[in-house]
Amino acid sequence: MDSVRSGDRAGDPVDQPVGRPADRSADQPDRVGYLPDRDQTLMKLVVAGPFGVGKTTLIRTLSEIATLHTEEAMTETGRPVDDLAGLPEKTHTTVAVDFGRLTLPGNVVLYMFGTPGQRRFFPLWQDIARGALGALVLADTRRLADSFEIMDMVEEQGLPYAVAVNCFPDAPVHSVEVLRAHLDLHPATPLLLCDAREREASLDALIALAEHVLDALPAAASTATQERP
Amino acid sequence: MTAVPRRRMVPAYLATGGRSRPGTEGFERLTVLFADRAEPPTGLEPEHRRLWELLRPGALTVVEAAAHLRLPVSATVFLAADLVEAGCLHARAPIPPAQQTDRSIVERLLVGLRALR
Repeated sequence: MDSVRSGDRAGDPVDQPVGRPADRSADQPDRVGYLPDRDQTLMKLVVAGPFGVGKTTLIRTLSEIATLHTEEAMTETGRPVDDLAGLPEKTHTTVAVDFGRLTLPGNVVLYMFGTPGQRRFFPLWQDIARGALGALVLADTRRLADSFEIMDMVEEQGLPYAVAVNCFPDAPVHSVEVLRAHLDLHPATPLLLCDAREREASLDALIALAEHVLDALPAAASTATQERP
Repeated sequence: MTAVPRRRMVPAYLATGGRSRPGTEGFERLTVLFADRAEPPTGLEPEHRRLWELLRPGALTVVEAAAHLRLPVSATVFLAADLVEAGCLHARAPIPPAQQTDRSIVERLLVGLRALR
């Protein structure tokens, strides 16, 4: 998701970002991970955060299919200050959005979408987050402030969220209290320490998020606030 | 100068870009697509046919189909809507209509995640 590239899509049939494993192609349908049933309930969570914070790692850790990505058209807000400053001639810009899938007991399939954390991606973020149950915001202790932008965007969207601090081996260790204070979190917002490479830690982060989402819902009969087409 | 019939220069999925197409409103990333017959429909354009062939062995969401076909989600929605309209493909919402209370849905998510722990 974090690879921002620029180019004319029509002239770019082999559309593989650098550094990604080749995707399974439609010409090899045996390698496509089909849904086992047609009557499952599909749910969506977004995994959000700044560049390189471990969104794709967490999705890859949990996903039962090799992570896939779509190329999404990027809106041009904030253009002059972004990475594309050296490519002023280009008009078509895309950003790759990674996602993965996890089948849960109870006929549930959870989709996890990695979403870009920068304000200039706000329209794309809104589009991807529509219908999501909640967001897991990832943060890195070496640059906590980089997660502020996405936290603002999540709040604007009205999505409940939890924060998982991805503990990189060489990053400074802080207590949860210190991290909460630095991130200026609402007391009800869960904060976890996590290693996005580890399945149990990543699952725990999603569990904390789901618990928080449930807490944020009215206890009585449904008052649906999100679109469910 | 007379116009000579020829293949269009722009791929079908790009040709649809920029105009709004009726019938795509119900589609989203997690709309489930599936075909229900073994034989491919005749007369499909290449991009439509690629989508149909992809879905021949089983069901996928719009976003998965888009990723496998390396098409934008919006283009995949156009193709899927065409195929649904033509009766070659079926689409269903990610959450079956009978299950639409937020609370029960999140409870199922939570129970499911805990079961994996």
